[in-house]
This record gives sequence, structure tokens and C-alpha cells, in this order.
Amino acid sequence: MTRRLSLFNITSLVLGFAFLYLPILLLIVYSFNASRLVTVWGGFSTQWYVALFRNEALMEAAWVTLRIALLSAALSTVLGTLAALALTRYGRFPGRTLFTGMVYAPMVMPEVITGLSLLLFFVAIGLDRGFWTITLAHTTLTMCFVTVVVQARLMSFDRSLEEAAMDLGAPPLRTFFSVTLPLIAPSIVAGFLLAFTLSMDDLVIASFNAGPGATTLPIKIYSQVRLGLSPEVNAASAILIGIVAVGVATATFLSKRSTLRSQRNAH
Amino acid sequence: MLARSVSKRFASALVPAVPYLWLGLLFLVPFLIVLKISLSDPAVAQPPYRPVFEWGDILGFLSQLDLENFETLIGDDLYLRATLSSVRIAAISTVLLLLVGFPVAYAMARAPARRRPLLVALVILPFWTSFLIRIYAWIAILKPEGLLTQVLTGMGLIGKPLAILNTEAAVYIGIVYAYLPFMVLPLYATLEKMDDTLIEAALDLGCPPWRAFWTITVPLAMPGVVAGSLLCFIPAVGEFVIPDLLGGSETLMIGRQLWSEFFSNRDWPLASAVAILLLILLVVPIVIYRDVEARRLETRS
Repeated sequence: MTRRLSLFNITSLVLGFAFLYLPILLLIVYSFNASRLVTVWGGFSTQWYVALFRNEALMEAAWVTLRIALLSAALSTVLGTLAALALTRYGRFPGRTLFTGMVYAPMVMPEVITGLSLLLFFVAIGLDRGFWTITLAHTTLTMCFVTVVVQARLMSFDRSLEEAAMDLGAPPLRTFFSVTLPLIAPSIVAGFLLAFTLSMDDLVIASFNAGPGATTLPIKIYSQVRLGLSPEVNAASAILIGIVAVGVATATFLSKRSTLRSQRNAH
Repeated sequence: MLARSVSKRFASALVPAVPYLWLGLLFLVPFLIVLKISLSDPAVAQPPYRPVFEWGDILGFLSQLDLENFETLIGDDLYLRATLSSVRIAAISTVLLLLVGFPVAYAMARAPARRRPLLVALVILPFWTSFLIRIYAWIAILKPEGLLTQVLTGMGLIGKPLAILNTEAAVYIGIVYAYLPFMVLPLYATLEKMDDTLIEAALDLGCPPWRAFWTITVPLAMPGVVAGSLLCFIPAVGEFVIPDLLGGSETLMIGRQLWSEFFSNRDWPLASAVAILLLILLVVPIVIYRDVEARRLETRS
């Protein structure tokens, strides 16, 4: 579909994107507010950022969250890629229907159910709640998202490249590492990033599985928000949004450059 | 040679086996445990339920399980009201999401092809920022002395502060805001593939534009409508964060009920029974969603 955009189309786009972005922009603007009252503008100030970095409990929680996110994203990238390969390259193996069900269900399942069921499982096997239980829980949730992202890529690329490698005598593992893996690498990176952000962001599943030793940043932010708005939380949010913006911009730049390079090589 | 091919076979079987075992152990088994605990009784002990499974006395263990928690759920109309209210809020939100999301997805699909990747990226970008923070941002906007009231009073549109925060309206705003990318992207994916000449043919044959829209665009966009609606409806039914932060104390939702049974009342068996109830409620939509997704992926390949 390519026709001129009507006035109605342009209005929908402008209103739609304003709706998506205004709240985030307001949050960033008000993180530089000098006033303690979150909705009254009292001049420009960076005091909340200073206060944030002095808040040891919050910093400790941020560090725990980062470690959990990195570890669970790494685990779920491996598991999700294996699952995607199983779904696209293994045809009908026994129990495939159950397997697809287990891959799709956690993505739409309300988080309260996933959180509760994993907690009851950890209690039943006698694992103490804390860093590891949150990591295992996040890996289970996010590997399903990685599976879908990688699976989409595995289905869309040219199978004849793999077949050519095999015909020329490359063993399956070699074919995978020198043909398949480079081709699906962008989707694996995307899957890892998605898993990482999902883990950084999760409140519900982490709340069920957190123990006295490990509190994550969303749990901390949630308990502060329940007590009322706080300018420190605004500052923390603005930093998180900034990290995401830089990350997305870098990823876009890198993928642009690699497309340009491959186009140049093709000529 | 034979040993080598056997070990190769084994290595190749590991690819499906590892994720299969992982999900079986950390997704399927936990469900069976929820089911078992929903049939147990609360106890002042560690863990806080009885009976605790023991291999030696399986019959004695089974005889202690009962449906008491489910009788509580049916007997207390709080849970019935929470269930109905969750389904109602999720359904209304899904309709609102369709109304907001369709024009956006439609405009994106009609935009020049070189602009489309940027538009798609702009829809996805908010999804990468924290869900909790995006909901939190709305508290400052919606509260009585908040930014929305300030703007509308400044424009002379309203005389007294708006009371939106802590009402069901705030929950709708929160759900539509948080889930909009999940609605727009599947809609865009189907609308983008649509053959424009069909509409042109209809218009050339004298069909009025609104009729061309209803008889051609809408039916062709149906797979996207179904996928987007399920993708929003299913998690919205069990939503906890949005009703908890934006809704009032009278906004009943089943996910919130489960949370408070677990964290406030520390009644793990009843919380498990609520989880089973929520799951039964969602089994049909989840199965439909899985089929739609699997079919969509297969037709694309």
C-alpha cells in the first residue's frame, strides 16, 4: 500500500505517537525539577540525580538487577536458540505439540500465575529464594521470547545455503557454526537484548521469587511509588530511559553499517 | 564409526531435549504443584500448607486433598465479582485498543515504504523502556492536581480538578497506553501486506470508500485483529501493576486478588486456587492464540 497519506492518516500518526511519547518526555523533564512536589515546576536542578547515586539501597538493587538480567539473558539466549532450532529443523518429534504449547504459553500467561507457580516449585524443592530463583524464573520466561525471535529468522532465510554446505561435505555442526549461526546472528542479538530488558523490567515474577538477600530495582521502585511520587524515582527512570535510547541508537547504527557494508560487497 | 554416529545422534537429540527439559521442569511441573496446593489447606507452618508430599504415604497424602478452596471461591461473591470485572475491563480495553490502534497501523501501512521502518521502530521503542516507569508516569499526569488538570484548567476548559486517578478510567488509560504496541504491530503486519489494487478496483467500480473499507480492508485485516486482540486481552485479564497503581481500591481484578491472598493474607492454597481459576478462564483464548501464531509463522515461511 503506497498512496498519499490523507489528513486523517497524518492526524492518527501524530496523535498516536504523541500519546506514546508525551508521558515519557514529561517524566524526563520533571526529573530535572528543583521542587520536591513532583508536578510543580520549581526550576532546573540535578539534585535528584545526586540523591539517587547516594541512595545505597537503590544502587545495590540496581546492581543485583543488572547481574540477574545479564545472566538470565545469556542462559535464555542459548535455550531459546536451541528451542527455535528444534521447532524449525526437527520436523515432527515426539511431544512437539506440548513443546510448542510450553513455548507460547509463558508469553501470554499472566505474570502472577508464572510468578506464583515458580515460587511454589522452588519452595517444594527447598531452594532458598534470592538471586538464583529470580534468575531461573526470568530465564524460563524470556527464553520463549528468544525462541520466537530466532524462529522467525530461521524460517525466513534461504535453506539452500545450508544444503550447499552439507552437499560439499560439511558436517552438521560445522554447517551450523559457519553458515547458520552467522545468518541468524542478528536475531540472536535481538533476542538477547529483548530478554535482558524483560528481566530488568520485571516486577511481578521477581516479587514472588525474591528473598531477603536480593531485591531488584523494579521491586524497590514499586515500593517507593506505593508511598507516593518521588523525584528520585523520576531521576532513576530518566537514566533507565537514557540507557535504552543509547542502546537502541547504537544497535540501529550497527545494523545500518553492516547492511551498507554487505551492499557494498555485493557490488 | 558406529560409535561416532551414535554420539552424533545423541548430540543432535540434545537440541530439542535441553529446552524441552528446562520448560518441563520450570513451567509444567510448577503448574502441577499449583494444582496440588490449590487442593491443600493453609497451615501455620513452613511451608504454610498441609499436606506436604511424602513418598512413603501417597494414599494418606491424596486423602487429605480436597476442594475446600474452590468452595470458598464459589461461595464468596468477591471472587465472582473480581472475575467478571477482570474480563469486563480487559474486554473494554481491547476494544479501545482496536479503536486507537487501527488508525495508527493503517496510516503506518499507507506511509511511503522508506518511512515505514522508522515508524515501526517508533512503535517498538516505548516497549523497551520500563513498563513500571511508563505506568508511573501516568500517576503524575492523572492525579487531581496533576499535569492534565493543570493543562485543561490553563486552557479554561475545566473549573475544578479532574478525579481520574484511582478510578476505572485510569486503568483503561494505563492498559491502552502500555499495550498499544502489541495491538499496532500485528495489525500493521497484515495491513502492510494488503494488495492496494483491490481497493482501487472497488473504487473504480463505484463502491463508496467506507464500504470498500468494511468489505475489503477489515476482512483482510482480520488475522491481525484477532492476534492483536488476544495478545492484549489475555495478559490484561490477569494484570496486576496497572490496577494496583492507577485503579482505586474498588477496582477489582483477579490478578490483584491473587497478589493480596499471597502477600497480605499469606494464604498460599487460596492464592493457588485463584491462579487455577484465572488459568481456566484463559485456557480457550491461549489455545486460540497459539494456533493463530503457529499458523502465521508457517504461512510466512
